[in-house]
Amino acid sequence: MAKKRSMSTGMSERTSDIVLVAICAVVLVIVAYPLYYVLVASFSDPYEVYAGKTFLLPSGFTLDGYKAVFAEKSIVSGFLNSVKYTVIGTIFSVAMLYITAYPLAQKDLPGRKALSIFFLITMYFGGGLVPTYLVVKATNLTGSMWSLFLPGGVAVGNMIIVRNYFQNSIPHDLIEASQIDGCSKLRTFFSVVIPLSMPIMAVMVVFSMVAYWNDWFTALIYLGGKGTPLPLVMRNILIKSSASASQAATISGGYAELNKLTELLKFCSMIVAAVPMLVIYPFVQKHFEKGFMAGAVKG
Amino acid sequence: MKTKARSNSLAYQGGSAAAVQPGRRSLSRRILDNWQLYALLLIPVLLTFIYKYIPMYGIQIAFRDFKASRGYLGSEWVGWYWFKRFFSSPTCWRMIKNTVLISLYSLLWSFPIPIILSLIINQLRFRRYKRVVQTVLYAPHFISVMVICGMIRIFLSPSGGLLNLLLGTQIDFLTQSSAFRTIYIASGIWQDAGWGCIIYLATLANVDPGLYEAAKIDGASVFQRILNIDIPELLPMAILNLIMAAGGLMNVGFEKVWLLQTDLNKAASDVIAVYVYQQGIESAKYSYSTAVGLFNTAVNIVLLLVVNKIASKASDVEFV
Repeated sequence: MAKKRSMSTGMSERTSDIVLVAICAVVLVIVAYPLYYVLVASFSDPYEVYAGKTFLLPSGFTLDGYKAVFAEKSIVSGFLNSVKYTVIGTIFSVAMLYITAYPLAQKDLPGRKALSIFFLITMYFGGGLVPTYLVVKATNLTGSMWSLFLPGGVAVGNMIIVRNYFQNSIPHDLIEASQIDGCSKLRTFFSVVIPLSMPIMAVMVVFSMVAYWNDWFTALIYLGGKGTPLPLVMRNILIKSSASASQAATISGGYAELNKLTELLKFCSMIVAAVPMLVIYPFVQKHFEKGFMAGAVKG
Repeated sequence: MKTKARSNSLAYQGGSAAAVQPGRRSLSRRILDNWQLYALLLIPVLLTFIYKYIPMYGIQIAFRDFKASRGYLGSEWVGWYWFKRFFSSPTCWRMIKNTVLISLYSLLWSFPIPIILSLIINQLRFRRYKRVVQTVLYAPHFISVMVICGMIRIFLSPSGGLLNLLLGTQIDFLTQSSAFRTIYIASGIWQDAGWGCIIYLATLANVDPGLYEAAKIDGASVFQRILNIDIPELLPMAILNLIMAAGGLMNVGFEKVWLLQTDLNKAASDVIAVYVYQQGIESAKYSYSTAVGLFNTAVNIVLLLVVNKIASKASDVEFV
């Protein structure tokens, strides 16, 4: 009797496993296939793609699209601009998170509550597009790379996650020990807190990188066409579908050939823009959940 | 009378306790001790003040005829003029309607899906497969809206777009206003439903494994375990997320709408955020754009407060 019962639950466990795995497999295909399709199409003859000949493997294999990407000056300079903004912006943003979160994590800091509220308010209220734009303009940042970083100030949501991490995940004994040894609070910050907070720093670095790499709206408003980052360059290719002059000059194969290359360039530039971040995030993925939980616990 | 006296004595005790304690170390001494920490905060506070608080002060230009040469206070006060102008503009109600409908339907569709997904993923027993599913589901979140909209345009193209190839049709979806909301919401779910699972999966990871064991011994099926253990566990977090989402009901993102808008789908894609950008940045009508943006924010705040009130009555979760 007992044996029969355990067998029947065993069966139902197995069926439910199969059902769950199958559902997830369908979801996997829905999420992954569009990305895979773009990848395959970037190596294919666009006419064959649009004729419906390319679904799983490239047809009319070609590297022309990627050659064109690297020959296209606007894409190359956009890529380099984006790299620059991402590197500098990430260093800036993570430093801001840390120098804000560390003092606010000290429970005995006079004025801590008022300072926390000072930052928290900006999560819920803001001046809006134009009033912010006017201040950025008045401080002479428009047209400068710093207009992408400074107006963002402190990313308050992430700052709370970091602050909670400082409070909850760094052993208090170590901090006390360093202070008994005569370390100042600043020294403790650099030699104990920062080295012990690497998991959360990795998550914050990735979040910042993604935000800066993918951002184009700030650049659209503030840069005024100077030092355009990659996504904004891609707007001309993807949304306006206009081939640039420099590209037309290098192509001698006529209108049809140019048209073909314009289409191919869409797929290839999307891959170039998407791949760097897609390669990076799996490395810190295991810290995401912990980071979010640390942020959800209100301190 | 009696209670008043009691509260007075309590206040007195509190006062005396507070007066005794700082005797150890005076406040000014404690501030001095922490000068390094205040020094660290200097730049963040300064930047936040300049780029967050001064713009809040600048909202007053919504009630003025702002001229840059005259400054905030020197510009003429015009009261509700810009708001009246907005409400009498021909596309005003269309924009409000589109904004509300897009976010309402987004909320209805994209709120439950991460919950359902994480309930399923959480029950996967093959750890490696579970990890692959998570990694792939998070991927679209890391892609720029620009690339997403590029993909949408290519996939929906009438000549050889993937969707038309699969359906065997030649429909130009982006020129049809009836299709706009579906495109916007479906692509949003595709991009962020997986990422939305994180917080729920983290919550479920904290469920006491003993509960599952006990349920298994009692012969509960996977479905019963989800129903009786997982869902109650997720409920507070889900309500919190719902409140946050409802508070942003008028926050239809500018980026995606702007990139997917065509002249022909404007009947459904004309939203306030795009209008604020066009009037404020492209046409430099600073006061008018600020007024429209302020209207949007005001509606959001009211919504947030109302929803928070309802939710805190319905459960123990308090947000604001």
